[in-house]
Amino acid sequence: MTTQPLLEVRGLVKQFEVGSAWLGRRRRFVRAVDGVSFTVERGRTLGLVGESGCGKSTTARLILRLVEPSAGHIGFEGRDLLSLSASALWAVRQRMQIVFQDPFGSLNPRMRVGRIIGEPLAIYGRTDAAGQRRRTRELLELVGLDPAFAHRYPHELSGGQRQRIGIAAALALEPSLVVADEPVSALDVSVQAQVLNLLSELRRRLHLTYLFISHDLHVVLHMSDRVAVMYLGEIVEIGSRDAIHREPKHPYTQGLLSAVPVADPTLRRERIVPRGEVASPLAVPSGCRFHPRCAFAFDRCRVERPVAREVGAGHEAACHLY
Amino acid sequence: MPPPLLAVERLQTHFPTSRGVLRAVDGVSFTLERGEVLGLVGESGCGKSVTSLSIMRLVPPPGRIAAGRVLFEGEDLLAKDDEAMRRVRGARIAMVFQEPMTSLNPVFSIGDQIAGAVLAHAGGGRRAAWEHGVAMLDQVQMPSPRQRARDFPHQLSGGLRQRAMIALALASGPAVLIADEPTTALDVTIQAQILDLLRRLQAERGMAVLLITHDLGVVAELCHRVAVIYAGRIVEIAPVRSLFARPLHPYTRGLLQCLPHPSRFGQPLTTIEGVPPDLRQVTAGCRFAPRCVHVIASCRTTEPALEEREPGHFVACPVLR
Repeated sequence: MTTQPLLEVRGLVKQFEVGSAWLGRRRRFVRAVDGVSFTVERGRTLGLVGESGCGKSTTARLILRLVEPSAGHIGFEGRDLLSLSASALWAVRQRMQIVFQDPFGSLNPRMRVGRIIGEPLAIYGRTDAAGQRRRTRELLELVGLDPAFAHRYPHELSGGQRQRIGIAAALALEPSLVVADEPVSALDVSVQAQVLNLLSELRRRLHLTYLFISHDLHVVLHMSDRVAVMYLGEIVEIGSRDAIHREPKHPYTQGLLSAVPVADPTLRRERIVPRGEVASPLAVPSGCRFHPRCAFAFDRCRVERPVAREVGAGHEAACHLY
Repeated sequence: MPPPLLAVERLQTHFPTSRGVLRAVDGVSFTLERGEVLGLVGESGCGKSVTSLSIMRLVPPPGRIAAGRVLFEGEDLLAKDDEAMRRVRGARIAMVFQEPMTSLNPVFSIGDQIAGAVLAHAGGGRRAAWEHGVAMLDQVQMPSPRQRARDFPHQLSGGLRQRAMIALALASGPAVLIADEPTTALDVTIQAQILDLLRRLQAERGMAVLLITHDLGVVAELCHRVAVIYAGRIVEIAPVRSLFARPLHPYTRGLLQCLPHPSRFGQPLTTIEGVPPDLRQVTAGCRFAPRCVHVIASCRTTEPALEEREPGHFVACPVLR
């Protein structure tokens, strides 16, 4: 039992319909997530990184079943999430929580902080009113805020404080898995560092497992044990932080790493930036989806979709070069 | 020595609010030389964008420029009448913004917009102006520029829109380009392409660029000199290598240390505790003092002035040596 991963995702697919079949027009579909597989061990952090529209946030929502998958398997704490009844899913949801990007949009502006944090406890009938107040105080202290914040409204708080409230609310039910979807993207760098440190510390203290999603490769590398790189709905490479950072194999991963501006003017390197732009998800390129932008593409890349292959210990890449 | 191309002197820009005057820019001075890329870096609300809008005299009301001078080619832009200012704005000093969708006109093709700008500033015939627009789109590496010139902004991706915006800004051959977070809304691979483009165009045309950004990585990639701005004041200004090698202000050091860095992934980040001050209630002393780990008694009473520590490297902090 101890070797079983906390979260196991296999062949996850989400197809969205765009437009309608009205008046004989052909129905069109976008495969936002197209065959994504990975596992996350208990107490570990898997980072999901990729650019706009690569499917990373949809993947997060599918795992929580906030969006229903079109196909695939999701195993969580040994249970098959997709076969659960509504009531069983309701019970399991306590164990998996999400922290959103926008601390301005995700907190109810008409509720005081105490109620925002206490609401999950009330919904799940965990405790009485006094217990709720006590737990709210504990949670505020846990995220580094004064318990007096319970009486404030979200608009009275800074972006960093609001994100701490979002984290406290996510932790109220003592989840094992926390999905953090761009949790620091809306924050200034000095505040970003505070929130990243808090998330790392909470993971250690509460033995949490994270799925950490960001478009910022350095932030993902900083926070994660393992990193999955997504491109147009697929994972193109997955491996340990060191493998992805020091020995990236997929040309897209190499391009992403090389494109990140580094705060060091002595490091003006020769860059291999992927050329052109991401293809529309409505017109996914044949073969390897990255081939129109890839400097190493050859004939096979244009026709055959590459499958993930082992390129090192626990390190896989979906590329015909390997 | 010839006077600098652009000199901002003791600029103050204020916004009246129901709870007092907000001093968004409070005594900012710097120069921009011909052919130079100067970065203006800071976090949200520090006054970097308001500084650039003040130079262009585009501060949104009720905000107003309360004091200072903006000398461009030796003439004070703040003293010019509106007509004279219009001949500078867009023609001699041009601007690109973070979100091109809000600065391009949605009902004209990008070719028409560039041609319109050329006609307004340089005159000549419609046909020549259109051809000039196509040539500009080619210079910013717009794929198939002749066809794309007929596209409307919504038909372009974010990266291509930013290229169109740059083509529009450069069409009249400005001496100064103000670029306000030009790559912030873009994906990182597209950002890298746009930064490469800006670097190449700047070098080819020898124009001066004032780059407004929150991203020290972008500064390191593009700038010759950099000014760090905090709570409406410049706290440090230096050649880019000197600033990154020997940051002298505690705030600059904090900004550099709080970024995840390849050499220390996974280790706790150094943070700057607290939040910037309310710019409606500016108190005596150094504005960074409440958050500073090096603070001494005099920091709370005397506002430090910029002093030169190394050639061209100025810092407003008497404590760190």
